[in-house]
Amino acid sequence: MEAKTPINHSIVIESEPTAFLEVCKRILSELEAHNFSEEDVFAVHLALEEAFLNARKHGNKMDAGKEIKIDYSVGSDKIEISMIDEGDGFDPDGVPDPRAGENLYKAEGRGLFLMRSYMDVVKYNESGNRVHMVRYREKPPLTETPGQIRA
Amino acid sequence: MTEIRPKISVEYVKNATIVTLTDEKILEEEDIRALQESIMSVIERAGRINLIVDFRNVRFLSSAVLGLLIRVSKKVYEGEGQLRLCSIKAKIHAIFKITRLTNIFDIYPDLDSAMEDL
Repeated sequence: MEAKTPINHSIVIESEPTAFLEVCKRILSELEAHNFSEEDVFAVHLALEEAFLNARKHGNKMDAGKEIKIDYSVGSDKIEISMIDEGDGFDPDGVPDPRAGENLYKAEGRGLFLMRSYMDVVKYNESGNRVHMVRYREKPPLTETPGQIRA
Repeated sequence: MTEIRPKISVEYVKNATIVTLTDEKILEEEDIRALQESIMSVIERAGRINLIVDFRNVRFLSSAVLGLLIRVSKKVYEGEGQLRLCSIKAKIHAIFKITRLTNIFDIYPDLDSAMEDL
């Protein structure tokens, strides 16, 4: 059977959680419709939330009047998402490792790290206000063996 | 058992204060701020506290919740109390593991084990 060409979707929303919620639901429903695993859906959901939080807080500075553009496509083998905010951007390579030294005790700075951990590709444009993320289907699960919870 | 807002329930058992997160998803900044205020007020009222945060209902959270837990832990340790987390589902636990927060939080499989030796 010939694989269907993924349809590209493009949505512009205000920097508001309620507006994002609808987009997020739509993307995750599409993943489920394409029979992506629970792990894939969880990973994409987490990356979407972290990317939106970064775009809203650091990019658009919590200004609800500013917009965020989300492009996505879901195919049989992968999902691709891009998110653009109206901010000045940042240098993703300048973000410190939240696991290192005293950073471990800081309350912030884990969003980008989680995006990179749960997606296969996380790339920013040169100005740093557009992130492009890809997750491929079927990989070893990220979860720990149940029963080994205690630290 | 006392209900505080819709986000947590608080139970006092022996010398432990058990805060159960009642929402399945904890995401929005406003919700997290309200959650933090609720937990902080429990800590302030108690002084030295043996706090257990029960995650049994939580199926999804963002990194902002991890930040909240860091702030909560600082408050608890300032008062020379103890903080334990329990009943964290596997996918959520993986987030703690990946970020190495398993190195700084005491995490127990269930409430009974978290209650031991407090």
